[in-house]
Amino acid sequence: MTTKLFGEKVPRVEDQRFLRGKGRYVDDVLVGHDLLHAAVLRSPHAHARIVDIDVSGVLDVDGVHVVWTHDDLAGAMADPLPLLIPHPQLTHGRTQYALAKDEVNYVGEAIAFVVADDRYLAEDALGRIRVDYEFLPPVVGVESARAAEHLVHDDVPGNVAARLEQENGDARGAIAAAPHTLSLDLTIERSASTPMEGRGTVARWDPDTGRLTVWTSTQTSTGVRAAVAAKLGLDLAQVDVITPDVGGGFGVKINHPWPEELLVPLAARTLGRPVKFTEDRREHFISSAHERGQVHHVEVGYDDDGRVLGLDVRFWHDNGAYTPYGLIVPIITSTQLLGPYKPGAYRVVFESLYTNTVMVTPYRGAGRPQGCFVMERTMDAIAAALGKDRTEVRAANFIQPDEFPYDHGLVFQDGRELEYDSGDYPGSLEKLKALIGWDEFPVFREEMEREGRRVGIGLACYVEGTGVGPYEGAHVHVETSGKVKVATGLTTQGQGHATAFAQIVADALGVRFDRVEVVTGDTRRMPYAVGTFASRAAVMSGSAVHLAALRAREKVLKIAADALEAAEDDLEIVDGVVSVRGTPDGTASIDLGTVAVLSNPLRYAFDEASKAATQFSVGDPGKPPVAEDDEPGLEGKDFYSPERSTFANGMHAVIVETDAETAEIRILKYAVVHDCGRLINPMIVEGQIHGGVAQGVGGALLERMAYDESGQLVNASFMDFLMPYVTEVPAHIDIDHLETPSPLNPLGVKGAGEAGVIPSAAVFASAIEDAEASYHPGLAITAMPISPSDLFALRQRHEESS
Amino acid sequence: MSEELHEVRLSVNGVVHELRVPARRLLSDALRHDLGLTGTHVGCEHGVCGACTVLVDRRPMRSCLMFAVSAVGSEITTVEGLTEQDGSPEGRLGPVQQAFAECHGLQCGFCTPGFLTTITAGLRDNPDPSEDEAREMVAGNLCRCTGYVNIVKSVLRASEIARERR
Repeated sequence: MTTKLFGEKVPRVEDQRFLRGKGRYVDDVLVGHDLLHAAVLRSPHAHARIVDIDVSGVLDVDGVHVVWTHDDLAGAMADPLPLLIPHPQLTHGRTQYALAKDEVNYVGEAIAFVVADDRYLAEDALGRIRVDYEFLPPVVGVESARAAEHLVHDDVPGNVAARLEQENGDARGAIAAAPHTLSLDLTIERSASTPMEGRGTVARWDPDTGRLTVWTSTQTSTGVRAAVAAKLGLDLAQVDVITPDVGGGFGVKINHPWPEELLVPLAARTLGRPVKFTEDRREHFISSAHERGQVHHVEVGYDDDGRVLGLDVRFWHDNGAYTPYGLIVPIITSTQLLGPYKPGAYRVVFESLYTNTVMVTPYRGAGRPQGCFVMERTMDAIAAALGKDRTEVRAANFIQPDEFPYDHGLVFQDGRELEYDSGDYPGSLEKLKALIGWDEFPVFREEMEREGRRVGIGLACYVEGTGVGPYEGAHVHVETSGKVKVATGLTTQGQGHATAFAQIVADALGVRFDRVEVVTGDTRRMPYAVGTFASRAAVMSGSAVHLAALRAREKVLKIAADALEAAEDDLEIVDGVVSVRGTPDGTASIDLGTVAVLSNPLRYAFDEASKAATQFSVGDPGKPPVAEDDEPGLEGKDFYSPERSTFANGMHAVIVETDAETAEIRILKYAVVHDCGRLINPMIVEGQIHGGVAQGVGGALLERMAYDESGQLVNASFMDFLMPYVTEVPAHIDIDHLETPSPLNPLGVKGAGEAGVIPSAAVFASAIEDAEASYHPGLAITAMPISPSDLFALRQRHEESS
Repeated sequence: MSEELHEVRLSVNGVVHELRVPARRLLSDALRHDLGLTGTHVGCEHGVCGACTVLVDRRPMRSCLMFAVSAVGSEITTVEGLTEQDGSPEGRLGPVQQAFAECHGLQCGFCTPGFLTTITAGLRDNPDPSEDEAREMVAGNLCRCTGYVNIVKSVLRASEIARERR
């Protein structure tokens, strides 16, 4: 047998080109060609009516080719951008226009579009556009949106885009009858994906073939393709969308089409020359998307053991100025809040509110970090009220390993039941306690106290629905050279799909890993696909690639059996050679390249492989060369479409030190127990965890979108928006894996991409509160992120009030 | 009115290029768009992220904070110049590149060129860094994917590889 690659730390094939500077990111495409460059005039005001736009004089700038405002757009291009994910409860969904029509609703909203010989000239031209605004009062933050003294959209009463309620059991009744009750008010602020590469789009129109090629830094090529075709009035078959190497996505690049993803192709077609738009960093801050901002009110009733009898959560979700991505984020918060626990009864109500700020679409974790923060703060509060160990209260509420599949009686983000497939939460907790040294911590704390240092420990647990549908597909093609070309439609932004999927194909087909080449996100190679989000690539495309490779294998065995005059069951494929099991090497064998030749009845021998094929007599001379139920070519194609999501889970623990004077927060130890089912490539999974934890540290301790009351994002640069450097993240992360296979897919895998970031706010709040507990008894951390200044202020307020 | 163009000779990775650029053209744009050396990436255009770091006379510089016309007379090294000649057409990976491959020091690869150039210069100054020194060496570059754990490992491994190859 060929060595099995599934589960091995196979080095990544994509690294060779990245390390040599040979990656091809969107801004690298068509360099050296006859390219034009686009720039966008963006609103400097959070809320204003556009009275007039004067573009006279813009085209006088040498090298400027086009200046467009909404008035220049026609047909579908002049309509609002699509509301991608409608929902019956999204009663007041609103989306922006490709270029603002009459009104702007956030600083950064696109107003005018210029194409010039280079970006410098395009930006010069923007400076010549004069816009008259009539200012409207801005709505900034959840409080202001709820107060609704002013409206973001005139026709949206109360600024409420949607109200959604779900209940399983009688939560309020259960709370009223419970021996103990608590209520909490909790807040999480805005952050954002902030990939190192911003958005970007290049388009080329070929007048000879009437085809448009679009390269875009997206998480869904097929989505962009459909949107571009619809908006430009082209047939789908006229549009190819290629996702080149992507410099990180983390959610923000799933939203589509961005205004520029439509305007750039339109300009390329109009001007007959290729056009490129590359977003700069400030633009990314003010004109892409943010996430996280929510305010929660929790009522909980529980018994003497800390078991939750009833949980009633109301929350308000800041969706920014528009809702192109529907209610996905708050729905995920409202359902995934439950984590590994089974409350007796649960009710959740949320309102999704408009504000005059950048719109909100999923950022890694997609609403889960907020839900986890709320649930885990509740668990900590119950433990504190009962004087119990925080791990005991959690253990009392866990769904047990013999209770799977576990149905929460709620509807998940994909419209399917919130039904967990597998997991072992008590097992995970035991591993986590050992890894962080939970039971030994009191001794450590005493030691530290003797040195005058305050330390605290915290933990947080989460469950993550991963691998949502509806489907992904894959195509596996064995060439006559024996090389295996694999295509799957979803995109890649750093997850190493070219490696992980090649591992799966190499195993399924019996070929050497280095003979397999994987392409993702190219609609020419796989026109049916969904996208890379919700930790779904390994589950969805991993499974599809596996199934497609098995299809190709079936065909290999059928043809080889004919050629070798053997039964299919007697054949094996090792290192790309099919042979009859148990025969000496070289006898009765045929390599995959030759099988590929045989699969396609050619008349002409044009290379060594086809010459070799002529020595075999294939098929029955009495029948057609290609049988009725067969096709020429050695290919396999298949799709994977699961009934519902698979649920990964994990737990994090951290030991922090808080400085008695400066309130500085230092991370002393960080531990992760993670269960994403079977691991395809543990090196890649651990890399995902490291990155998630770092982003989580950013979200918990550093990153916030600082809007002032007029709706200006005052920290829209890397100077002011604090993303973690190496100096802010844990030097070491202790990781332990549990592998509870998913019964829902052929590989037993669950998603891993987002996990690392989900429990961060919760785990740091827990640990920091614990560090402060002996010095400021009862000091509660209810808002994240928390900076040293925030903690300092909390201490002061606590001292004043006690 | 057209912009005034300046004749500039840029020496990059040992090759001299002649180009005509406006005074305001950033070195990063000249490298990427005029010379086609797209391995150097631009992450913020304000000198914070370090993705565009190149070596100017062996010292790490943010190419987004430098004009192309200011680089005249200097020897510039970009990520494309970090491979070593070994007779193969593509060359073999330099020690820092090789270490990143071994230690999974990269994910999306966008910030990577800036780390590679920064560490190359750092290891020249300090060929045998401690773990703390390795962290310090990369403390001015942002990465959003890796959490830096494997980048620090890569620095230490690069130091070993360089020693092995000496």
